Amino acid sequence: MVTVLCRYGELFLKGGNRGFFLRAMADNVRRAVSDMPAAQVFAPHGRILVRAPDEQREDLCRRLERVFGLVSVSPGVETTPDLAAITSAALAEAQRASTVLPAADRTFKVEARRTDKSFPLRSHAIDCHVGDAVIATLGLKVDVHRPSLRIGIEIHSTAVYVFAEVRPAPGGLPVGVSGRGVLLLSGGIDSPVAGWLAAKRGLALQALTFHSPPFTGEGAKDKVLSLLRILARWQVATTLHVAHFTETQQRLRAAGPAELAVVLYRRMMVRVADLLCDRGHADAIVTGENLGQVASQTLINMANIEKAARHIVLRPLLTYDKTETTTLARRIGTYATSALPFEDCCSLFTPAHPSTAARLSDLEAAERTLDVAAEAARLAEQCERIVV
Amino acid sequence: MTVYLDNAATTAPAPEVVEAVVRTMRDGYGNPSSRHGRGAAAARALAQARQEVAALIGAEPEEVIFTGSGTEADALGVVGAARAARGRHLVVSALEHAAVYESARQLASEGWRMDEVAPAQDGRVTVDSVLQAIRPDTSLVAIMLANNEIGSLQPVPDLARAVRAQGQKIHFHVDAVQCASLLPIDVRGLGVDSLALSAHKLHGPQGVGALWLRPGKRITALYGGGGQEHNLRPGTENLPGCVGFGVAASLARGARDSVARVASLRDQLEDLVFARLPQVRPTIARTTPRVPHISNVLLPGVPAEPVLHALAARSVFASEGAACRARTRAPSRVMRAIAVPSGTGTLRFSLSRFTTPSDIEAAVSALVAALGEIEGAAHICQR
Repeated sequence: MVTVLCRYGELFLKGGNRGFFLRAMADNVRRAVSDMPAAQVFAPHGRILVRAPDEQREDLCRRLERVFGLVSVSPGVETTPDLAAITSAALAEAQRASTVLPAADRTFKVEARRTDKSFPLRSHAIDCHVGDAVIATLGLKVDVHRPSLRIGIEIHSTAVYVFAEVRPAPGGLPVGVSGRGVLLLSGGIDSPVAGWLAAKRGLALQALTFHSPPFTGEGAKDKVLSLLRILARWQVATTLHVAHFTETQQRLRAAGPAELAVVLYRRMMVRVADLLCDRGHADAIVTGENLGQVASQTLINMANIEKAARHIVLRPLLTYDKTETTTLARRIGTYATSALPFEDCCSLFTPAHPSTAARLSDLEAAERTLDVAAEAARLAEQCERIVV
Repeated sequence: MTVYLDNAATTAPAPEVVEAVVRTMRDGYGNPSSRHGRGAAAARALAQARQEVAALIGAEPEEVIFTGSGTEADALGVVGAARAARGRHLVVSALEHAAVYESARQLASEGWRMDEVAPAQDGRVTVDSVLQAIRPDTSLVAIMLANNEIGSLQPVPDLARAVRAQGQKIHFHVDAVQCASLLPIDVRGLGVDSLALSAHKLHGPQGVGALWLRPGKRITALYGGGGQEHNLRPGTENLPGCVGFGVAASLARGARDSVARVASLRDQLEDLVFARLPQVRPTIARTTPRVPHISNVLLPGVPAEPVLHALAARSVFASEGAACRARTRAPSRVMRAIAVPSGTGTLRFSLSRFTTPSDIEAAVSALVAALGEIEGAAHICQR
């Protein structure tokens, strides 16, 4: 059996928050392994541990490395508080980890910690005893300053955890502890990354996308669903609301001069997101907007779009360079899918010269030619809901 | 009920083909190189398939090399011939499918010089223009028999004769992928050196193609392996695929009388479309020598993609012929070669011998409705 020690950030563990935070953390870990029937999640003494059969070790670690709130995970073994058992476990873990050490740098250190001070040996003595065994059996050398392998031993009253690997996890806060939001998801590179960043700070999201058949095709919608499935691996969101935008988009386009079209569409989109927030008890809208990238993403236009929203609009990528966003998209796994050539907006609806500074009075004048509230309500009401 | 008019992309495998493929997989599996009964039976099935594909093009079975696709057959015919050649100059038409064009560009990146011959307005290259491109060090010419986007037929027999008359050792490769389903091909009559075919364009399975190679012509294999296909395309043969290809080839030979019927349905489609939608025009002149099953039309002022989605919503499946990409508005290489203006959408309807008159009627009605829908939106958007 492998036991994976999951470490979370210490920030919110003062006071009353701690129980809530830990419960959310454990729930999310459970969700991450929900389709591994042999995996069990425990949360003894404020730690989070996941136990599974040995052959599921890699799969398990990969999943846990995608749980927000965890800062690192250490796969290892659990033993009884008995020096011989601890030593043999340490040797086994070290043996496994040492296979990937470079030949020139086969150094190690043992770091034992006793939370149960009743264990007969002091930490230093444990370090030495285990260290001697490692030197004798595996031929590694001790380096207490810059070891390439660290053997960790955590001694609790009923169990001891031994590990030789610390794998980084994404950090952040457990999904859900910060509240709920609605993510405006398109097939582009940015919005999935924005969703990921928002979820990383604990926001539980539902996704909203706009589809204008026949001007946009099945491929575009499938692409958004594929992106959602990738985000779902990180528990970013599992529900997609698809708004049928065809008629509204044409009416908005006809409502005013071409240059206003894009801002008009986005104002309508946040109105629909508002209504979904109301329905889903969410308190924020998340977008992939970036400062200055395209005409609709100037400060003035962003401000004008935001004025149509009642909920706070979060823009995690506001200050990111394209290269930074792309790097993150590759890490998350969404880049290749976002790069597939399915257009999410037909060229007919995107004017050649969108305004970089639409005037609010002009936007409002255009909107007065339709009943925007009714349009938004209809769009929200008629959304197709897909759960992945 | 759907109306499938995208046969240039792929065709529905004929029921006899499906049955033969399944039967081969279920009962007839075996490695043709094995020295036991099952292997021998597999070898016989493969030989039979080869015989049928050869008969389709008037060739001998030993001249047919099975490949994994039409693209692979083109790669073998172009790169394979180039590697065995002396001179380092090649000539291709500007209309070639990416399978030939990219192979040529690959050679160019290795130091070959490449010249592209532009077609005339009618989508065909002329003999003179090809001859003008030939130089003393030319050793490869590749001109497709029929273009997949616009359907124009290139004057291959005349070209082959003219190129041979030059007296140089020039390998003439022909991509015939879009033809074999309906046009009789006689490789001796064409006078070329290699010819590429694809099974799934003639109601055979995907994943198998063939290269015909004139006896005596040398080409180099693209990779090494166990020696199959005269060591020119090693690898265990795709037995079910080849058997399916053989059956499809045999059916195609028996259906030569469909040619006139398909051409007539295609003409009827065009007659109805141009009559009911005067803003839609032929991409190349209707009198241009063309394959019988392809019709390409221009949609001025609207991109093709939404029209295709609108057609699909009405159960009619066609394709763009790759003229216009929604955001870039950049036409395909072929469309640029025949000077189709930027911003013009093109639609390609491609029929098969299974297309019926009611398919044509349904397609035309759907196009009228689809275009109405998209043009309505375009009108709003162009204010």
